[in-house]
Amino acid sequence: MTDLAIEATGLTKSFADTKALAGVDLSARRGTVHAVLGPNGAGKTTAIRILATLLRPDTGTARVNGFDVLRQPEKVRESVGLTGQFASVDEDLTGTQNLVMIGQLLDLPPKQARARAAELLEWFDLTGAAGKMAKNYSGGMRRRLDLAASLVGRPSVIFLDEPTTGLDPAKREDMWDVVRSLISDGSTVLLTTQYLEEADALADEITVFNHGKVIAHDTPHGLKRVVGGQRLTVRPADPARHDDLRRILAEIDGLGGRAPAADGRGTLTVQVDGDDVLPDVVARLRAAGIGVDEFSLHLPSLDEVFFTLTGTRSHDPEEVAA
Amino acid sequence: MTALTTTAATTANAPVPGPAARPRFRSLRHALVLAKRNLIKITRTPEQLIDVTLQPIIFLLLFVYVFGGALGHGSQHTYLEYLLPGLLGQTIAMSSISIGQNMNSDIAKGVFDRFRSLPIARSVPLVGAVFAEFFRYLLLCVIMVGFGYVMGFRIATNPLALLASIGIAICFALAFAWVSVWVGMVVRSPGAVQGVMFLLVLPLSFGSNTFVQTSTMPGWLQAFVNVNPISHLVSAVRGLMLGGPVATQVGWTFAWIAGLLVVFFPLALRAYIRRT
Repeated sequence: MTDLAIEATGLTKSFADTKALAGVDLSARRGTVHAVLGPNGAGKTTAIRILATLLRPDTGTARVNGFDVLRQPEKVRESVGLTGQFASVDEDLTGTQNLVMIGQLLDLPPKQARARAAELLEWFDLTGAAGKMAKNYSGGMRRRLDLAASLVGRPSVIFLDEPTTGLDPAKREDMWDVVRSLISDGSTVLLTTQYLEEADALADEITVFNHGKVIAHDTPHGLKRVVGGQRLTVRPADPARHDDLRRILAEIDGLGGRAPAADGRGTLTVQVDGDDVLPDVVARLRAAGIGVDEFSLHLPSLDEVFFTLTGTRSHDPEEVAA
Repeated sequence: MTALTTTAATTANAPVPGPAARPRFRSLRHALVLAKRNLIKITRTPEQLIDVTLQPIIFLLLFVYVFGGALGHGSQHTYLEYLLPGLLGQTIAMSSISIGQNMNSDIAKGVFDRFRSLPIARSVPLVGAVFAEFFRYLLLCVIMVGFGYVMGFRIATNPLALLASIGIAICFALAFAWVSVWVGMVVRSPGAVQGVMFLLVLPLSFGSNTFVQTSTMPGWLQAFVNVNPISHLVSAVRGLMLGGPVATQVGWTFAWIAGLLVVFFPLALRAYIRRT
């Protein structure tokens, strides 16, 4: 048996007049996290739906856990768990009722189905809400219940479609911990995300989608080498000092020789090689008497990744699929 | 693999050794699990039961007291005896409209994608929903006959024949529900399901022998009424409740039940599988 839990080649899928996937290859080794990074409409969800046997590709082949998604969909379904905006729980049922129902659909005897439901609810810190209808859950609770529902059958391959979109940062960290513990249990996770930060925090490999095509595939380290590492974003308290700030940032060593990029809010962003330039920046700002409203070090945003990889912004309407 | 007990956090998704044995009648069990889901949903919004509780009562009152005097030659009671078996056929066909609406909105919510990702037969979510309808149809029959009794309706046969008439009406409705499921799978919105189904159910239920004797109608209409499945159902129910020969009409009704299932179950299933 191959050590690839997911292997897809040449996947294409069209809907009416849009080409959702235009020939995509994707693979994930067992026990790893593979992140698919891309903006809305890049084809991420379509790829997951094909791998989870909800959709048939127009062309191309895919194997999940060694089983062909077209010829052995039943076998694939026995080994995957699916969580996403589209595969949801029943809002009118309680947390327990949802999980017990899925357990029974997976042929667990009623007693075991209830035990598994209780175990998952406890693991996801939902025991207190177990008897409440899912429609009354908060966004974070709902996301955890969705994930719990996909784990009832102890799947070895787990698909997470934008698991943290819309969650606040603390809840996002919780979700990341869950993903890490799934991996430590030996599962393989394929997740889609719009955040490089998330892919960087979790993934062993990252595939970047744009308009149904793979435009990059690398390790987080390799991808960061291409798109550049951290960015320093600064916003002067006094908008009149914008040009002074620009001069200071341009003079800092280790900025890769690029001109600071401005945005509409009055911030300036430069690429930095590491956090060791920060004391220097702070010292120069103080010397020049420039106060700041915002001063942050972060990974490139999806928009910046796309600008580097394609030369266009990810939301640029002028961009057309080749 | 050791059997050490560890904390839940590290074993919550660890694989367990050995596949579970496949129980017998797997798909039937799955369908019953999903029927239970639909029944739980009904308890959350009991308004879903209006078409099988208040509607038959209102229809009985309206038709008996508004038209009964004229159509029963001055006797509302005579008309009640004639009307009730017919109204049972009509309202039970009408109450099958809602299943298509519910499934249409269910699919939009994403619950069905979860079912599709599970290793269960494709037909199970549909069959489960139709199973749950059984209880709604039974409730309708009980209310229709019970309220009819309050109004003075009496069967002229025996309790066994009454049970048989209710059984045949429920069987017909369960088969007719597949038309609604199919429509629910092919149209875009729950409102559209209602529109399409109403267009279908209205001529079938009024263009039948539910309200008046077929012999009073023009010839071309009689031709339609005589092949209308609801007429066969109504004749069978009427015979079983009030007496008279029923074998032919029961036979025709079951032929229609089989025909509806053979045509619309595969159509509905295919539409469900293709719907993305």
